[in-house]
Parts: sequence; structure tokens; C-alpha cells
Amino acid sequence: MIKDHVSTTINGEPVEFLCDPRQTLLDVLRDELNLTGSKEGCSSGDCGACSVMLDGRVVCSCLVLGAEAEGREVETIEGMAQGETLHPLQRVFLEEAALQCGICTPGFLVAAKALLDRNPDPTETEVRYWLAGNLCRCTGYDKIVRSVLDAAAEMRGK
Amino acid sequence: MRYEAPRAIEEAVALLADAEGDAHVLAGGTDLLVLLRAGLVTPALVVDIKHIEEMCEIAQADGGFRIGAAVTGAEFGEHAELKRAWPGVVEAMELVGSTQIQGRATAGGNLCNASPAADCVPAMIAAGATCTIAGPAGRREMAVEDIATGPGETVLGKGEIVVDFLLPPRPPRSADAYLRLIPRTEMDIAVVGAGVNLTLDDDGLCKDARVALCAIAPRVLRVAEVADALIGSAIDDAALELAAAAARAACQPIDDKRGTVEYRTKIAGVLVRRAALIAKQRAGNGS
Repeated sequence: MIKDHVSTTINGEPVEFLCDPRQTLLDVLRDELNLTGSKEGCSSGDCGACSVMLDGRVVCSCLVLGAEAEGREVETIEGMAQGETLHPLQRVFLEEAALQCGICTPGFLVAAKALLDRNPDPTETEVRYWLAGNLCRCTGYDKIVRSVLDAAAEMRGK
Repeated sequence: MRYEAPRAIEEAVALLADAEGDAHVLAGGTDLLVLLRAGLVTPALVVDIKHIEEMCEIAQADGGFRIGAAVTGAEFGEHAELKRAWPGVVEAMELVGSTQIQGRATAGGNLCNASPAADCVPAMIAAGATCTIAGPAGRREMAVEDIATGPGETVLGKGEIVVDFLLPPRPPRSADAYLRLIPRTEMDIAVVGAGVNLTLDDDGLCKDARVALCAIAPRVLRVAEVADALIGSAIDDAALELAAAAARAACQPIDDKRGTVEYRTKIAGVLVRRAALIAKQRAGNGS
């Protein structure tokens, strides 16, 4: 099997890797680059646990080939905190207990940040529609949606 | 499997035409990667078309729009002029999948995947859109309704790719709308979908109409009889009932977990009626 050589940018850092052309971006992140924050849920684009930013858009990394990252900018959950300082979304998720098992959490955080970067003051309905591609089987969503709204309010207050 | 990302259409066509074994176009990948992972396709070659500039842009052309086949749903929704001129096409494309899927899924993929329930296709057919097809023999133009032939089947030959969609100029007092029924609020496959595109005259009578339905036949159908029922009318109750009856008569659906034949047939009439009223209101508002 001939591997593809890929040069990309992940969380602002230039990264090079070799991948099998059939490997997804999620496989590469987790298995080749040891960035295991992005989770594998359904592997078919339904659950959003593998959400990452690709050139500024939130996508399911299980539906992107690793080779497609060539020349693109990838942002993962590992890039969200600034050193030891959590992003407000991460902190509010913890404070308000917006997670139980935690598998869906990185995907929710990446997708929620993408929303707030575009729309700092979303309505509850807008949050629910935007996050409809992120599935959580523990919380019933209420605390997640509330945490996103509360983090948004806090960020607007700055 | 070999992955290629050519920069020119001719290069993509040559790669696909010369491929030995199964070759697939990769646009948004929201269907192809699922099939790959499930082992349902084992291509020798995948040609990523997203580095070909003309396939990734929306341009105003000849009074209408030229939309590259690799333009995503999110980009449809962010294009203010396209949304103003073709609200039905944009709302149809925006119904495909979640936020994550919208960032990847393309109109060209929705067409070439050839699902009978493809949401953007009836809206494109109602709009009178054509496609440019590039292949080893050069380029040709085809009406969108002629491309899919059945579930998963298209007229595209080896080495042929859909390059773009061409939407015609929008006349005054003209608008479109797309509605679909799913059993929940978001993110499901159409039980039935209806695209209606109307033009009104100065007296508010319907002077031109095109209507297409999805999920009621093995492929998305343009239904001239529904349009004929609307043309010349004030799109009043009587005309809408005739249009709904024509829509029901055109249905050749299947029974499945999403809906029975009887239900789909009834809903086709309901959606045609409602979509026509939305299009009429938009056309009257000059949107």
C-alpha cells in the first residue's frame, strides 16, 4: 500500500503525516497523531462526536479522508483551551454539569464554539438546530443547551 | 485505493476515464465515505474535485447563477443574492443533514447519488436548472430532470462528471419554494418533497410554473400536469385542488418504513398545494 504524504495545519501548527488513502481524518487524528480528543461514535456522520473545524467549518472528521487535509487548516478540541485556561464553553460545561459519560462532549464543544464564533447571541432554538447533528445519549440536552447559552452570555459580557 | 485531487476538470475527467477498476468522484464525501467504511464500495481510485475552482464557486452568469457541483449546502445558505433569487433551491439544499453535513454535502453529490428522495433535486428541476457535464468527448448541457434514471443510477458514462448547475434569469414576479415532509423537525429523509417555481403576470395570474416531486417514484419527477393546473389560474382553491389531484395522480411510490403508498400519495397533494401558496406569496412580494 502506497501511503499519501500530507502537509496540513492542525491547531495552528504545521503537521506532516503519512496515511493510507482509505484512512479518515478521524483515524489520522487519533491513530497517527495521538489527538484522541475527537471521538469515534457512529462513523457515519450521524452523531457528531468526531466534529472538527476544517477551513473554518464544523465537519464530521469521520466523513473526511485524511488525504483531504492537505493544505487545509484543521482545528480540534485539543486547540480549544489556551494552555491551562479553559475556553468559557469548556468551563461552563463543567460548572453546569453538561456532561455525563463525556464521549459526545468534545464534539459538542467544537460545534458550539463554531456557532458562537458566527453568532454570539443565539436563541435557544438556534442552539438546538445548530447542535442537532451532535447526539448525546446521557443528558437529555437541556444542560448542554443551557451551558451554551450561559457561556455565550458570559462571552458577550467581556 | 489511490486518492487524487486534480486542479482542472480535464484532468479529473482523464483520471476517471483512464481508471482501471471502480473509480469514484469525491465531492462532500457524506455518502461516499459511509459506503467506503461499510465496505459497500471498494474503489481503485477516488478523485477529489474540491480543488477545481470552477466547481467550488457560485457566480452570477447570463442573468442567472452558475453553481459549481462541489458547492456545499452551507455556501448556498450564505449567498444572499442566490437566496433572494432562488429561495426554494436554497431552502431545499439547506434541509440536507446537520450543520456538520451542511459544511460538506454538495448539490452535485445530491444529484449524482441519485436518491429518489434527494431534497435539492426537485427544487433544481422546478427552477429549470441545467447541468454542464464534462467527459472524455467534451462538454454537454443537460436538464437536471434527465440525469438520474433510478435509485443510484444516472446517465453519466465513464469519465463523465457534473461540473455545475445553471439557474436561469429570474423574471419579475417570480419565486420558488420547496417543502418536504419528515416525521420530525430536522434531519431525516423525505417521505415526500415538492418543489414549485411560479411566475405571475401583472394581474397576479400564474403565467408560468414548473413543479417536481421527490420520494414518490424511483427518481425525482418533473410533473407537467401539476404545472398545467396552475398556469392561467389565480392559484386559488380550485386551481390548487386540481394541482393536488395531478400530483396524486403522478405518484408511483413504494411502501416502506417512512410511509405507505397511500400516505405518500395524499401528502404529495398537500405539499404541492402548500409550496405553491408559498411561491405565490414570495412572487407577489417581489422576492
